[in-house]
Amino acid sequence: MSQIDMHVFNELKDTAGEDFIGELIDTFIDDAPNMIAQIRTGLEKQDADVFRRAAHSLKSNAATFGATDLAALARELEGFGREANFDIGDRLEKLEVVFQQVAGQLGNLKP
Amino acid sequence: MDTAPVPAKLLVVDDNKVNRIVLTRSLEKQGHVVETAENGAEGLIKLREQSFDLMLLDIEMPVMDGFQVLEACLKDVELRQIPIIMTSAMDELDAVVKCVELGAEDYLSKPVNPILLRARVNASLEKKRLRDQQRKLFRTFATSAVAEELLAKGFSLGGKYVEASAMFADIRNFTTISESQDPADTIELLNNYYALMFDAINKHAGIVNLIQGDGLMAVFGAPVWREDHREQSVYAALQMQELLQVFNQQQAERNKPQIRIGIGIASGQVIAGYAGTQDRATYTCVGDTVNLAARLETHTKVALKPILIDGNTCQGLSSDIGLEPLGDVLFKGKTQAVAVYAVTRGEPHNG
Repeated sequence: MSQIDMHVFNELKDTAGEDFIGELIDTFIDDAPNMIAQIRTGLEKQDADVFRRAAHSLKSNAATFGATDLAALARELEGFGREANFDIGDRLEKLEVVFQQVAGQLGNLKP
Repeated sequence: MDTAPVPAKLLVVDDNKVNRIVLTRSLEKQGHVVETAENGAEGLIKLREQSFDLMLLDIEMPVMDGFQVLEACLKDVELRQIPIIMTSAMDELDAVVKCVELGAEDYLSKPVNPILLRARVNASLEKKRLRDQQRKLFRTFATSAVAEELLAKGFSLGGKYVEASAMFADIRNFTTISESQDPADTIELLNNYYALMFDAINKHAGIVNLIQGDGLMAVFGAPVWREDHREQSVYAALQMQELLQVFNQQQAERNKPQIRIGIGIASGQVIAGYAGTQDRATYTCVGDTVNLAARLETHTKVALKPILIDGNTCQGLSSDIGLEPLGDVLFKGKTQAVAVYAVTRGEPHNG
């Protein structure tokens, strides 16, 4: 199943330029695990601010690449963070699975 | 809409690397020069170190968020002039509205659409260009304090009634003077004359809103209200006459013609506002009070007194200003006679 909305992705390619899309994908695949790690840290330390901000960044980047499901999951976590509610069930695990799929598919989209 | 923008220097402030790259690349493709900062604090440092035409500012950031940067910029006289476009996620609309209410120029939601990005950046740069022109124009006609106040509070083209003092000043026999000398000398004479008159008017918180040939119009108490506008206008008139004496001495020494001026001042309600178009407007005052000031100025030729004021202007004048009542005069176009006073003596003072 495709995790990437190609309409959004192609628009991004236009915006950043063909020559930069590879660098952009690499940056995201490098940065996103840090964001996920921060979400986890926020959760473990019950630090709603760290949790929310990391989820916010991940949501923003996922939306930029057209990773719609990943963005939706991150947005949901951001909402939990805003309310300092850490009762997130298995949402973070789900998000990690979806991220792996997104990362793989983006890797294939590199020129 | 695809007019080529003048390359501008932009600052992108965003804690997210992907966002920074996308914005920077996109803006560079549109011909701009882009600097980046990773958080608000770093952004402010760059803003103070370098000169920027526009800033794109993320709201959600560590260390110092977009709100704090926006507030710091709006408080700073220098930074206030840089337009700020907030960049935010689609679901942060409440925060965006707050920023625009605070004074942000515009906003863009992320992921950024390149067409909207181009349109909003160009529109903001164009508005900044117009504001810079306005600032220059204001500074030509008013003190920088007045100019800054106007820019800070903004202005609308619509007029309103305000209490103010209107002044007209005109050079006597200017036609004769200009016919007797070289055109270049005439312009030099006018420029030297105006420099002195503007100085006297600005020192007394007046603003010159019209110069035409050898005459000028100034207003006191508007657009920035001050209670003592009558007294300030009279002090300005006295200083204008005094500066003119010095000017005439210099003219005499250089064998150049000397000039005399008549000044008329009237106080009361005026209709004040910016007349013109959104792109090109001047601060204008109209109404009976303004007409009366013009008539009083003309009447100086008949009364043979250099400064004439109406009864309303006499109210609340300092005791060091001498007044000579000249009786009631019925001016052309007026239904009621007006009490006219000649200002006879006084110590010009500053402020």
